[in-house]
Amino acid sequence: MTLTETVTAESSNSRLDYDVIVRMVDRGMRVLDLGCGDGLLLARLINERGARGTGVELSQEGVQAAIARGLSVVQGNLDEGLADYQDQSFDWVILNQTLQSLHKPELVLEEMLRVGKRSIVGLPNFGYWRLCWLLLFRGRVPSTPFHPYRWYESPATRLLTIQDFRDYCRERQITILQAVYLGRKGQARRFWPNWRAETGIFVLAGRPSQAARQ
Amino acid sequence: MDTRSVGIVETQYATLFEPPNELQLDSGEKLGPITVAYETYGTLNQERSNAVLLCHALSGSAHAAGYHEGDAKPGWWDDMVGPGKGFDTDKYFMICANVIGGCSGTTGPSSINPRTGRPYGLAFPVVTIADMVRVQRELLRYLGINSLLSVSGGSMGGMQVLQMAVDYPEMVRSAIPIATAPLQSAQGIAFDVVGRRAIMSDPKWRGGNYLSFNDPPLDGLALARMVGHITYLSEMSMRRKFGRRLQDRERYGYDFSTEFEVESYLYYQGDKFTQRFDANTYLYITKAIDYFDLTNGKRSLAEALRGVRSKFLVIAFSSDWLYPPAQSKAIVSALKANDVDVSYCEIESDYGHDAFLLEVEEQERLISNFLAAVARETVISDPH
Repeated sequence: MTLTETVTAESSNSRLDYDVIVRMVDRGMRVLDLGCGDGLLLARLINERGARGTGVELSQEGVQAAIARGLSVVQGNLDEGLADYQDQSFDWVILNQTLQSLHKPELVLEEMLRVGKRSIVGLPNFGYWRLCWLLLFRGRVPSTPFHPYRWYESPATRLLTIQDFRDYCRERQITILQAVYLGRKGQARRFWPNWRAETGIFVLAGRPSQAARQ
Repeated sequence: MDTRSVGIVETQYATLFEPPNELQLDSGEKLGPITVAYETYGTLNQERSNAVLLCHALSGSAHAAGYHEGDAKPGWWDDMVGPGKGFDTDKYFMICANVIGGCSGTTGPSSINPRTGRPYGLAFPVVTIADMVRVQRELLRYLGINSLLSVSGGSMGGMQVLQMAVDYPEMVRSAIPIATAPLQSAQGIAFDVVGRRAIMSDPKWRGGNYLSFNDPPLDGLALARMVGHITYLSEMSMRRKFGRRLQDRERYGYDFSTEFEVESYLYYQGDKFTQRFDANTYLYITKAIDYFDLTNGKRSLAEALRGVRSKFLVIAFSSDWLYPPAQSKAIVSALKANDVDVSYCEIESDYGHDAFLLEVEEQERLISNFLAAVARETVISDPH
């Protein structure tokens, strides 16, 4: 038998972005979840996709919760890089709803492309029309279901849009293999995603480090 | 006595390594027979698959949990070992043995040398962490246990955990090293050196032969313990616990009597220690710790951990400056490099190194959940 039955993936509120990511990952893959929180996504990947997964999480509370699910998780700061992981050692590296909280997003993105054959980046789109609308007419930084925080308590230190991320990938010659844009209720937003989608989920092609390529 | 206690327990004794099957030590010497003091809690299941070995730290003993008849204080890790506790004796069979070189029932420098009929003293061979683990292994064999669900311990106990996972990978299904390091740092050696010099410069030490004079070097041992105790605390925990407060007085006396609370505490800890610990054992055990270096003879820690097959839970404490979290992270990195299944948690605490005995709640949650996961995997992969 497999590990499938040994982890618990229970949650009161279902996460629509998790559904998308779980569908993206093929069966039996090696997965590294960066900023795995309480480990729910990782547990679903193990249970539903037979993944062999491990996670990295900054908070003690998150690590405790993930271990309580039966997961293997190390406490660590992504901004310090991923020196513990070798080039292309994971089939998938996931950075979901975490990019906006990093101090060194460029380093972490570069590192995840090095470590993963493919990567998934899920980000909150601050170009979403409701947010723009709220900012424009209420004059205050808006909070969303993904970010139910006031400005002083938000872990998000970087506000970016879907278009910002696409620009970044083009500038850094990062290949976007697939992009999924979700509206508030999880419906696909193919047109005008920068305006109509609350969440962007990107599949990126991995690339070994300079040293490994030479 | 609370309902989560294992209750009244007794230390048991096994005689191992009877000649001609003496223990081959790292030093090249042989030693035997060796008496090992140990305690067990809980019940070994029929498959013999629920055994967990606990390894004690410098001043610990086989008495990890419960009470000895007539004692007011329980074993050294009673907070974590018992029914429904982190190491749940309703589920697991716990074993804890006094280390070789110790002074709480296992053969050590204060034991009688069968060749001379007198205490070993410095004739006792120098032992290492790997030697301690060899004895643990033999005790398990004696108890009929071939496989451990887990092995855990803090500080020097954690060193034994690491050594065991390296030396007997097939025996150790999971390992929980706590507040420990893959090698003793220069700073750690430095404090041990001060402790040993304190003992050896006490005139009553008499080249280690004090037992024949019935007048042990208590001052030296107390001083060693005082230095040690400082390394177990943190600046913050000392400030909280004592501050600059004076003991039983309002003003400075402008003399050299015991004035500060922290002063009184250290004196008390030092003196209390001499009632239960042997000075030569302090020398031998700290020396074993100082020799500990998994990377010795290897190119890297990753290479040293190459054969490891256990699932790991590594625990460190934020304010521990004797075995700081960076040293635990080095263990985690080296395990990752070998593709070992590892979890790591750095528990936020002000208690310093002592946190491994004091931060019960967080450790209880981590360890009970981790062991439950290991037990589930074990049952599932069971062939029957």
